[in-house]
Amino acid sequence: MSSRIADVLIRTIAPLVLALAAGGLVIAGLGADPLAFYADVVTLGTRGNGLQQSLTAMAPLLLVALGLIVAFRAQLWNLGYGGSYLLAAAVVAGIAPDVFAALPYPLALLVLLLAALAIGALLGLVPALLKAYRGTNEVITSLMMSFIAMSLANLLIRGLFKDPSISVPQTRVLDLGLMLPYVPGTRVHVGFVLALLLVIVAHFVLTKSSLGLKIDVVGANPAAARHAGIDVRRLTVGVFVASSALIALAAFVDMLGLWGYSRAEWNPGYGDKILPFVFLARLSPLGSIPLVALYSVLATGGTIAAQRAGVSVDVLSVIVALVLFFMVAIEVLGSRLKLGRSYLRRGLFGRERGSAGEPSASRGASQGDAQGGSLNGAKDSAEGGTA
Amino acid sequence: MNGTSPALRVRNLTKRFGEVIANDAVSIDAWAGEVHCLLGENGAGKSTLIAMLAGLQQPDAGFIELGGATHPITSPAEAIERGIGVVYQHSALIPSMTVLENLMLSQREGFWVNRTTALAHLAALNATLDSPVGPDDRLSSLSLGQRQQLDIARVMWQRPRVLVLDEPTSMLGGQGIEELLASVREVVSQGVAVILVTHKLDEALALGDRVTVLRAGRVARRFEGSELSALGEDRARGEIVAAMFGGAEPSALGLDRLDRRPRPLSPSKGAGEGTRPSSLSRCTATLVLEGVTTSPGSALVPLDGVTLQISAGEILGLAGVDGQGQRQLAEIIAGQCAPSAGRVLLDGDDITKMTVRERQLLGVRYVTDDRLGEGIVGSLSVALNLLLKRIGERPFWRFGCMRRDEVREHANHLSAQYGIRASSSDAAAGTLSGGNIQKILLARELEGDPKVVVFHKPSYGLDSRTVQFVHDEMRRLAEHGAAVLLMSTELDELTSLSHRIAVLSRGSIVGVVENEGEAVREHIGTLVAGGAL
Repeated sequence: MSSRIADVLIRTIAPLVLALAAGGLVIAGLGADPLAFYADVVTLGTRGNGLQQSLTAMAPLLLVALGLIVAFRAQLWNLGYGGSYLLAAAVVAGIAPDVFAALPYPLALLVLLLAALAIGALLGLVPALLKAYRGTNEVITSLMMSFIAMSLANLLIRGLFKDPSISVPQTRVLDLGLMLPYVPGTRVHVGFVLALLLVIVAHFVLTKSSLGLKIDVVGANPAAARHAGIDVRRLTVGVFVASSALIALAAFVDMLGLWGYSRAEWNPGYGDKILPFVFLARLSPLGSIPLVALYSVLATGGTIAAQRAGVSVDVLSVIVALVLFFMVAIEVLGSRLKLGRSYLRRGLFGRERGSAGEPSASRGASQGDAQGGSLNGAKDSAEGGTA
Repeated sequence: MNGTSPALRVRNLTKRFGEVIANDAVSIDAWAGEVHCLLGENGAGKSTLIAMLAGLQQPDAGFIELGGATHPITSPAEAIERGIGVVYQHSALIPSMTVLENLMLSQREGFWVNRTTALAHLAALNATLDSPVGPDDRLSSLSLGQRQQLDIARVMWQRPRVLVLDEPTSMLGGQGIEELLASVREVVSQGVAVILVTHKLDEALALGDRVTVLRAGRVARRFEGSELSALGEDRARGEIVAAMFGGAEPSALGLDRLDRRPRPLSPSKGAGEGTRPSSLSRCTATLVLEGVTTSPGSALVPLDGVTLQISAGEILGLAGVDGQGQRQLAEIIAGQCAPSAGRVLLDGDDITKMTVRERQLLGVRYVTDDRLGEGIVGSLSVALNLLLKRIGERPFWRFGCMRRDEVREHANHLSAQYGIRASSSDAAAGTLSGGNIQKILLARELEGDPKVVVFHKPSYGLDSRTVQFVHDEMRRLAEHGAAVLLMSTELDELTSLSHRIAVLSRGSIVGVVENEGEAVREHIGTLVAGGAL
């Protein structure tokens, strides 16, 4: 247990602290007082109205993070989050006024929800099928699909879904009364609760169920999955589609809960910003909740705090980038100095030792001991091919 | 030729991998204008020696001397620089590029690619080939033999003093071998020292000016040219087989039988036309393969009409050097890949289309040789690895939820039964020793009611106690009426366990012999080393 606490300290807390410290230096370099800035961030992000804003901002971020976690646990690098979000957002915002006008409210919500999920699923399906049946690198295909989807979203907003009454290319703004209801007593819409519930459910499915275990096996060692009779193709497709659909769900929640319309060339960039935190959480859905909250507070409070301190809002992006930087630094150092587990590997149902690499590329040979992790690769290249 | 000093001197080269000594004080010489043949079984240390010559591995002790200089070869680039060219068994050429582009990969001088010189090299190569290749042909359209030739031509462009050929003919058919040997002779006539690594006696005897036999990492025997010619082909053949396979243990053959030529194989022609499926008695046999064929892939030797029958209670040995189709055969039986033609029958029922899991339930089990690669998931616990093929099944999972107590109890039970030593059943399987990992695989595969068990190199890399354990398990299985297929590259293992031994070569069964009598060992050894006799 103590090693687990040390793990969290080194792997999760350390990069955050270091990034905030280095970010402070940047802010000081810009001529502002970093301590005052951070104090402002906390106050503005967690008090009163700021807290409600932070929680609202968490809704789509939680869902995007979950979408990434689902795919990343199977070692499927779905980088098509931008397109999945924006196309779903454009369509939901674009058709929402008509759908609400034509159907009773609950039914309309259902139709919009299904539309968003279908768009996400379709966008995920292309890289998923290519990956499962052709072995194509999903990083490339999901990115390409993302570009197509983003362009299509812009095209739709400028054409079919454009609000004719305004010159700016954007969809019609949804009537406030048609937005998702607030959680009673707050000004946080129910999308936040939905996202939170989904994250918790997904956590138990991914970490406790047989399906979650199969996903982990496919991620940790696809050859072993095939050997064990797990249908790797079906799982690959399922996981990828689910991942994209969850990200599209974020768009549904965000459009109907917060924005009410979508603009051309607009991109909140949720995925890019939440990506480092997904790894900081070591792909644990529950672990992602506090980290997403942290980022939300930083984003909510930081925007005004930056204006007050007279520095650019881009400071926030710098801090996120610094988190990523320190994670990489700790990952490199950590694997040398054996500082706990990597961000990628997880020991389910028990502990594991932090050795450098997965001994996966050892076709045909497994020598005397498997403990010398780094030795295995060299050994196999020499002995595996012996004929 | 300079007759005074060799082009390459290797002295006392030693290389260890953990506790395994791959090369133990190996010394060989290669002389300009000569072919030095390096023979040895699997695991004899040939590949390690090549890796050190090529600069891929660094020796722990000993040195390599080239043209009088002995400084270490630290990288493949340096090996090329110092005049060692290596042609690997699986060619290093790029299938999607053209012949000429592949040739130009070796060009080392100049910034601009030199098409003219490459064309000249290709013309020289084409002069020696029966069917010339065009400069703009895609490499993937070439036969394996042509690729091997092109690879040699590519390496020769680097003007090596020593050319190392790593089993160049192992994937080739008759004509391809002839052409390849011709071009080796051509290379030798240019004054290059050739080291030909092979497991085929015929080639060694036809080409070798000297022969060195490696066994278990040491030089088991050297034959000088004069010695070979004095012995005559038949005796030389016998002596080499003895040095490679025989001699070590008291049960092995005495010297008096060494000059005996292996008797011709008569019975059970396994492959191809001879046996029709209908002639097999299906009712008694537990597992039958009928004309199993795979489509030619890129890197693997395809199976070609493999017909085998493993009866209940029988251990069928499958001999052959690595990479002759063993993996595909095992995967087809286990259901991990599908044959392009042929059938797999279990007790007369066609199971060719069944999934891995369906076959598992029927009792078809596969103890893979790729223990770390596909056998276990290193980051998962021992307990979960023991259940890897039963994820989601009762009683370990209920309604999709894992029941830790059941899983632990199952793990503890199997760990005790198979003597798996781990700090706890929660320990990550990847941290265990090789022997314990193999025991995990055995425990997992042999649980329940195994009917057909494929063991692929089950004792490779294990300590002798675990090997004994594995062998006892295999015998126990056969006694209980399971059909056991033992794929191994080690003759000792095959002869001590099997009832019959089949030999797999280039994707075909080249012979099946009863494991009886004293000559079996050499018999199999010759079949393995000579391909079809």
